[in-house]
Amino acid sequence: MITPGANPRMSALYRLQFESTQDSWVLLYPEGMVRLNAPAAEILQRCDGRRTVAKIVAELEIAFAQTPLHDDVVAFLSLALQRGWLQEAQP
Amino acid sequence: MTPWGHGAARPPLWLLAELTYRCPLHCAFCSNPVDYARHEAELDTASWRRVLAEARALGAVQLGFSGGEPLLRDDLEELVAHARGLGFYTNLITSGVGLTSARASALKAAGLDHIQLSFQDSTRELNDFLSSTRTFELKSKVAGIIKAAGYPMVLNCVMHRFNLQHVERIIEMAERMGADFLELANTQYYGWAWLNRAALMPTAAELRAAEAIVEAQRTKLGGRMKILWVSPDYADAKPKPCMAGWGAVFMVVAPDGLAMPCHSARMLPGPALPNLQAMSVREAWHDSEAFNRYRGQAWMDPTCGGCDERHHDFGGCRCQAFLVTGDAAATDPVCPKSAHRGRIDDMLDAAAMDRTDGVPARPLRFVPGARRSAGLVFRSDENSRACSVPGAEPC
Repeated sequence: MITPGANPRMSALYRLQFESTQDSWVLLYPEGMVRLNAPAAEILQRCDGRRTVAKIVAELEIAFAQTPLHDDVVAFLSLALQRGWLQEAQP
Repeated sequence: MTPWGHGAARPPLWLLAELTYRCPLHCAFCSNPVDYARHEAELDTASWRRVLAEARALGAVQLGFSGGEPLLRDDLEELVAHARGLGFYTNLITSGVGLTSARASALKAAGLDHIQLSFQDSTRELNDFLSSTRTFELKSKVAGIIKAAGYPMVLNCVMHRFNLQHVERIIEMAERMGADFLELANTQYYGWAWLNRAALMPTAAELRAAEAIVEAQRTKLGGRMKILWVSPDYADAKPKPCMAGWGAVFMVVAPDGLAMPCHSARMLPGPALPNLQAMSVREAWHDSEAFNRYRGQAWMDPTCGGCDERHHDFGGCRCQAFLVTGDAAATDPVCPKSAHRGRIDDMLDAAAMDRTDGVPARPLRFVPGARRSAGLVFRSDENSRACSVPGAEPC
């Protein structure tokens, strides 16, 4: 499980990109593609290696005027980390 | 509505650009057409730029540069830069021959996202025998160049009776080289592999043993390097979801501009395939007879049309149906429901008989002329010209 102080960023193997013909964000990797739902895309766009998990949660709670989002965001980030989409930036 | 009455298709997502059929290797399982020597014409740079732009505008997002050996095109860097600028995720599928440090850097600067490097085996002897070239040391060096340049690297190894017993060493080699993915591509029998099927065919038992090793290694790796085990569909007796459906997501453009729904479609009987020298990608994808021929489910015979699996396997492979039964619209013969499944079983039985006949393992030797050896017909211009003559026995 990812910790609140971690700074996740996209793994070098994956590229996050908006595809207008699909009207969705996608993750591109060697010879493959994952189509993301809107919440997943909002979270991954903020994984830049600088923002902490706590900051990402706080931003999303403001952007969507919805609390608490912590558990949902951490669950998704942990899954993304496990799948190799994300890596934790070196402190 | 198209003239073919199937309604609007979804856009393509995948474009495979076969830039050239020229190749320094002579692999006995090459998926290029055996008569490639008849199709030497190549699209020029401007035409490729147009094709890439048109495909991207339709919605294609994954782009493979393949061949032959795509590094033989000296406009590769320009095409990669153009593709990356259009927003493609760009994949280079290469033998490694010609990939110097300088070229790897230039391609990186152009925006190349990923490199897939082929190996034929984990041993120099077999790698060099199967490709009929001395390339093992070079490929090993190129793997280092790819990693040093910071690319994600996929190692691809075509699997068959000669190297299945080496599967554990192939996995260890890929891990040692720092591959992010390893694709163990069990031979699919088209092109040169179809020509060489009797020599390449493993037994079902050999495949099961190798797959068990792959499973054990996956557990050991714990996700460090992902391993893709391409289904050996003859032995698995399960039709593959070929191209995720005909004309569903995938377009291959051959060196001469032929737009194909799959790598092998050139050899299917029927009306001519569209050529992008004279047609837009949009028109070929949506309106050509070829891309609509087996699109959707209307073409299916009752065996497939009434089977729930059609939603998952999309009716399997049309080229396999043609090669084995002579009818491209037939049920994929690997399926147990096919009336022709017996022909697949005969081939597997022949492979098993071959082992029990007490024939000693055939000696492996380097073959500079790439002629027939150990029951194999190597891919070469000379052999391709021989295969291009109707009814000719190759070499």
